Amino acid sequence: MTAYNNTTKSTFWRGFRECMPFVLVVVPFGTLFGVAASEAGLNILQVMSFSVLVIAGAAQFSALALLQENAPTVIILLTSLAVNLRMAMYSAALVPHFGKLPPRMKMLISYFLVDQSFAMGIKEYEERPDQPVENKVAYFFGCMLVMAPFWYVSTYLGAALGANIPDKFSLDFAVPICFIALIAPTLRTVPHIVTALVSIIAALSLAWIPYSLGLIIAAIMAMMAGAFTELKLGAGK
Amino acid sequence: MIPDPTKIWPVIIGLAIGTFLIRYSFLGLLGDRELPAWFLRHLRYVGVAVLPGLIAPLILWPQATGGTPDLARILAAIAAITIGIWKKSVIGAVVLGFGTLYLVQYLAG
Repeated sequence: MTAYNNTTKSTFWRGFRECMPFVLVVVPFGTLFGVAASEAGLNILQVMSFSVLVIAGAAQFSALALLQENAPTVIILLTSLAVNLRMAMYSAALVPHFGKLPPRMKMLISYFLVDQSFAMGIKEYEERPDQPVENKVAYFFGCMLVMAPFWYVSTYLGAALGANIPDKFSLDFAVPICFIALIAPTLRTVPHIVTALVSIIAALSLAWIPYSLGLIIAAIMAMMAGAFTELKLGAGK
Repeated sequence: MIPDPTKIWPVIIGLAIGTFLIRYSFLGLLGDRELPAWFLRHLRYVGVAVLPGLIAPLILWPQATGGTPDLARILAAIAAITIGIWKKSVIGAVVLGFGTLYLVQYLAG
């Protein structure tokens, strides 16, 4: 039993160590979100509620951008949640590993299910499929206990700083820059590039449609274009 | 600035609940269920279908300039896209994007 605990403990610390490099990504994004949100007029409680309750950077930035464009609440929610839909895939991929855990534990894992913890976790479970579920859970939480605190604290620092930064620093541009930084490295396959191009062209040409509905139509067209291109080319290459 | 602050809390709460339900979907609610291939194929492109369309107008018609295209922002976006695709670097894109923005703004006075 002791040996067992030891491996669980060491797996936790391995997750912690292996996810440490992501701190370098999480801190600038958290800070930029805090800055951009407080520039947009959110108070500290609102900024922190975003980062603590939602804990999904891209969707938070989307919501912020659409709030500034005065889009209707329903459209803001639909668009931002669409950005998070990829997490349904993560959720499905973790069922073979965590499906039998008690609901409370699965809820906690779900709350912490972000791009990095998923990517690192699934890699770990594919490399070591036979380890006990306790160790898989330990690795996952090791990963998130290094990232989540940095996310919260950097958001707070950004928000505290943000209100004091003068306009000449053009911090409104933090939102587009963050999205470019998130998307550009993924433009590695033809279907991804087609999707991005259709999204840009359609969104610009449909910008006249009220309530930011043009963006939703553009996103649906772009998604179909990507899936169609993948089908034509085969296997997403 | 956000024109209508009364939307902020509904958006935060709605996004928090919706995001949690997406994350908990299969793990907690649907279980081990096969998804149709066409559905997964579309799901793969949701992110890259939404985000470029969302930011394209923000880059071309920025609120800060009252909607007129601004050379510094366009060049900064191009720099960030280039470094992001070429070096696959998230941080590099942010640093070079802001670097270009400030440099062009400085040169333009």
